[in-house]
Amino acid sequence: MRKDVLIAGFGGQGVLLAGNLLSYAAIDEGKNVSYFPAYGVEKRGGSATCTVVIADGAVGSPVVGQPSVLVVLNQASLERFGARVRPGGVLIVNSSLVDVSALGRTDIEIVSVPMNEIATDLGDPRMVNMVALGAYVALTDAVKLPSLAAALSQALPERNHKFIPANVKAIETGAEAARAKKEA
Amino acid sequence: MSKRLFVKGNEAAAMGAVEAGCRYYFGYPITPQSDIPEYLSRELPPLNGEFIQAESEIGAINMLLGASATGARAMTSSSSPGISLKQEGISYMAGAELPGVIINISRSGPGLGGIDASQSDYFQCVKGGGHGGYHIPVLAPNSVQEMYDLTMHAFDLADLYRTPVMLLGDSVIGQMKEALIPNPRPVRELPAKGWAVRGKSGAEQRVVKSLFLGDGELEAHNWHLHAKYQVMKEKECISEEYETADARLIVAGFGSVSRIAHTAVTMARAEGMKVGLFRPVTLFPFPEQALAQAAARAGKVLVVELNTGQMVEDVRLSVGAAAQVSFYGRPPGAGSLPSPEELLEVIRKNYEETAR
Repeated sequence: MRKDVLIAGFGGQGVLLAGNLLSYAAIDEGKNVSYFPAYGVEKRGGSATCTVVIADGAVGSPVVGQPSVLVVLNQASLERFGARVRPGGVLIVNSSLVDVSALGRTDIEIVSVPMNEIATDLGDPRMVNMVALGAYVALTDAVKLPSLAAALSQALPERNHKFIPANVKAIETGAEAARAKKEA
Repeated sequence: MSKRLFVKGNEAAAMGAVEAGCRYYFGYPITPQSDIPEYLSRELPPLNGEFIQAESEIGAINMLLGASATGARAMTSSSSPGISLKQEGISYMAGAELPGVIINISRSGPGLGGIDASQSDYFQCVKGGGHGGYHIPVLAPNSVQEMYDLTMHAFDLADLYRTPVMLLGDSVIGQMKEALIPNPRPVRELPAKGWAVRGKSGAEQRVVKSLFLGDGELEAHNWHLHAKYQVMKEKECISEEYETADARLIVAGFGSVSRIAHTAVTMARAEGMKVGLFRPVTLFPFPEQALAQAAARAGKVLVVELNTGQMVEDVRLSVGAAAQVSFYGRPPGAGSLPSPEELLEVIRKNYEETAR
């Protein structure tokens, strides 16, 4: 098993935390993982991206050219990375902020989830990354949902542990939304 | 087995240094390695160690020289332009036979260049970046685990051979996070530091220096250093091979690009191509014999580097006429990292040529 995902958004959407949390969960499941953040001359509000590769055996390349799954949280990321999704791959879109109609890809599966609305309904729009991660895991089984919840205490600094229950709820709601979209 | 941690490459190197008994660090901040001084500034003082942010890279390397002269395990780290500044000190340490570890999380140049992953400093690190015709062992980790393990190994090599040792990575290896098993420091018999300058207190005077003015003295010193390099070449080569046994094309690369090549080789195998990967872990001493054997079996070597061609020279020297050598380079800069798919395409082209 070797799964890769590129998560992309703007700084502040929690892209890097999402990648970290996914990695912690994979390690706790005994898997090998590589988390590679885009490391460039970025600024606040600029783009934030990270690649996570999860494997039973050797991870191999931490650099992924054509991700099998792309999670985009903002429009700029779709425009930058949308063409790179591997044919037959999955594009998970934050439809609250991203219009996917002009992408023109018929060779991939596109799952749209209104992540900002879901996060806001749950009480905090900042949980958009957790909604996204829940959707990703529901669609790919890269890790188990309970592993994500269990890994929150490692990925978050102690002062933020009081937010763990709300984040677990956001992960679960994102997962449900993605499953519903897929069945529809 | 200890618990697997989730750690950044730079932090893993700093953790390895602490586990190896390094208690003195001197450095000056520069991207993309600043996690190393950040970690050590926090962790060394509680261990009764010393962290000093020097006034410059030149200050830091000379502090390393001084600490090392007392026999202490000590380290500095920087990135390419900073490593250029340290070369005088590294040459003095090599001349005075002082151990010490220098971590170089390199960036792209020449000049101020950029901060992206690059292997453009292979020549500088491997061929002796400072004056005087010396060599130092250069280790090239390609994972977070190796950042930890090879840093510990670097300290042992430094003490075994009384030499500075460099660990060479880039922002891929330094900034990525992976699982890390924090192994205990390996048990290794090391020579006593009978040369260390710790205050005379009635004992015989000890002198640590790189100045040899007596008739024939410097020539003898140079032959002595040369003999040491020959022993390193015999005993300290490390390399890793993947799917090379029946390969008809060997991809050769070190550090970050070897990880990308690993996936490309796996993809090539899935398409039925008999392709393998050879990765030098020590760049000096270069694993000439192991590479020559693998290359002779395969008949062709494709060297992949994040530069316009440096290690390829050592590959050609190693394999001689036993194999054809071709090169694919991606000079450094933003967006210059090749993807596994791109390397697969290069492999395909080279493999088809071997079939003709």
